[in-house]
Amino acid sequence: MARELLFVQAINEALHVAMASDPDVVVLGEDVAGGGGRSDQGIEEAWGGVMGATKGLYSAFGAERVRDTPISEMGFLGAAVGAALTGLRPVVEIMFIDFLGVAFDPLLNQAAKLRYMFGGRARVPLTVRTVTGAGLRAAAQHSQSLYGMTAAIPGLKTVCPSNPADAKGLLLAAIRDDDPVVFCEPKSILFSKGEVPEGDFTVPLGKAALARAGSDVTLVGVGRTVHVALEAAQALAAEGTSAEVVDLRSLSPLDGDAVLASLARTGRIVVIDEAPPRCGIAADVAALCADRGFDLLDAPVRRVTAPHAPVPFSPALEDLYVPTVARVLAAVREMG
Amino acid sequence: MELTRERLLDAYRRMRRIRAFEEKLAELVTAGRLAGFLHLYAGEEAVAVGVAAHLGDRDHFASTHRGHGHCIAKGVEVRGMMAELFGRSTGTCKGKGGSMHIADLSKGMLGANGIVGAGIPLAVGAALTAKVKRTGGVSVAFFGDGASNQGQFHEGLNLAAVWKLPALFVVENNGYGEATPTEFVTPVRDIAARAGSYGIPGVIADGMDFFDVFEKAGEAIARARAGDGPTLLECKTYRYFGHYVGDNLAYRSKEEAERWRQQRDALEGFERRTAGEGWLESGALRAVDAEVASEIEDAVRFAEASPFPEPAALLQDVYVSYEET
Repeated sequence: MARELLFVQAINEALHVAMASDPDVVVLGEDVAGGGGRSDQGIEEAWGGVMGATKGLYSAFGAERVRDTPISEMGFLGAAVGAALTGLRPVVEIMFIDFLGVAFDPLLNQAAKLRYMFGGRARVPLTVRTVTGAGLRAAAQHSQSLYGMTAAIPGLKTVCPSNPADAKGLLLAAIRDDDPVVFCEPKSILFSKGEVPEGDFTVPLGKAALARAGSDVTLVGVGRTVHVALEAAQALAAEGTSAEVVDLRSLSPLDGDAVLASLARTGRIVVIDEAPPRCGIAADVAALCADRGFDLLDAPVRRVTAPHAPVPFSPALEDLYVPTVARVLAAVREMG
Repeated sequence: MELTRERLLDAYRRMRRIRAFEEKLAELVTAGRLAGFLHLYAGEEAVAVGVAAHLGDRDHFASTHRGHGHCIAKGVEVRGMMAELFGRSTGTCKGKGGSMHIADLSKGMLGANGIVGAGIPLAVGAALTAKVKRTGGVSVAFFGDGASNQGQFHEGLNLAAVWKLPALFVVENNGYGEATPTEFVTPVRDIAARAGSYGIPGVIADGMDFFDVFEKAGEAIARARAGDGPTLLECKTYRYFGHYVGDNLAYRSKEEAERWRQQRDALEGFERRTAGEGWLESGALRAVDAEVASEIEDAVRFAEASPFPEPAALLQDVYVSYEET
């Protein structure tokens, strides 16, 4: 049975399922219990994560497995790598992906590389949940979409769901995967609703989804920009242009075959991303099309991305920063 | 733990094995038979072995760029280690890690580490596993005086202390972070004093004296196993070679190095003590020396005779779940 849940509730449900089905799953992060368990003050449940994604875990699974950490990302992310290496299956919450700035070594030089450096004689089944993207007026240090950075590191996997059902299924897949996975939760859609199946199910890592079928142009999105693409497709339909929408879901592994299959159907492609344009996922998909899909292209690949600038605070500027439906429509029209 | 004759001989064997292994590497590099960055542990043997003497395979070590000694102390086979340094497929890590990444999880060895301080949170995490899964294991992070200025040190100690994890932090203070004297960059004379910030014991041991390290590590490990939390153990020691093989040592005097070698050497000190107490006779130690020497020669022959990895290995083991193409 599917029912409607918020994106953040779907994540919460996945965490409950994962912890109930595997005693090795532990949840670490700032405020993940959020001060729960203060019996002296009559408090059992408290925050359950700054976004509420870990609500109820403390009551259900206890203090040993649900741990508030110090504000010390390098320390607890590093500890999670060590725990993963020795038999636990930690799910770490890095409150905002921007905070990887103070915690990069455990991800870059440890989690990503230990298995390879040790000749395959190690596994790091770690999931790093983190909130990404602009849209909440959170300014330059709480709004970045840094998934391109983690997707570029061999040994890490990176996913970014666009809807609650995928959020639940991909998170369960990420937690049960034996490789380290960075799981991105776009903050602008955390509190939007969608149908989510009940119970235990997974969505495979490394597989894109066809969010809308079409024949004239392919719009590729990730996370929130899938919704931008869908809105643009609707507007284009009114003009008589049939747009297909590909939801990447996984940035690493990247489902290049799905992108190329769609390009083969449409001959034209626009990649929409909330991150800046340099060395990011939009550039990566464009390169894929040039390398392996050149003969399929009826027009140059177009990218609609954020500019090469930090995310501004002022609502007037932030709204200019993120890709909009209007910019996607303009890009499609310019392709002729 | 009682130091029986067998245990004493085992400790001596491990210390001698480390010394012989490292001296052989220096010789191989000088002769142009071996490449790569090599940071040798010779001089510091009493630290790794004094700690390891209390531990088994369920206990973990996280190490440093100067990691060969920790590997040998933890029981990693020298044939595999030597082959790893030669980049051969028979190496401990199939030739893909090299000196700075030798690891053997079957021995509880979580790896040497090329990033200064990075082993500390890994050991904290292994201690968390031990606590959550109730393995009874203890996890030890070794690191240098230089690493005690890293954020990973402070964050790792804080986390282990607040969670009362079964961990031991062993700082090997050899007086230098690469070429820079410790006092140039570290405002406290004793790094053990930093334990106070985390509400855990800070203990100082003579890192050139196996017996002193053994005793103090034993107390800290017993404390960790009892659920009373971590300890910071500072071992004052000295590295005989430079930061790496090929270091011109322009930053320290020959006299200083000679003084440590002649007056403080861990192996000689061990022999004096065990002979003086009547625990071990020199004949037994010389027999160990000879066995170790042939072990190391055998390891070099094994390594040089081993094949390099096949080209396909380049893309193997990037991920568990699929192979890169």
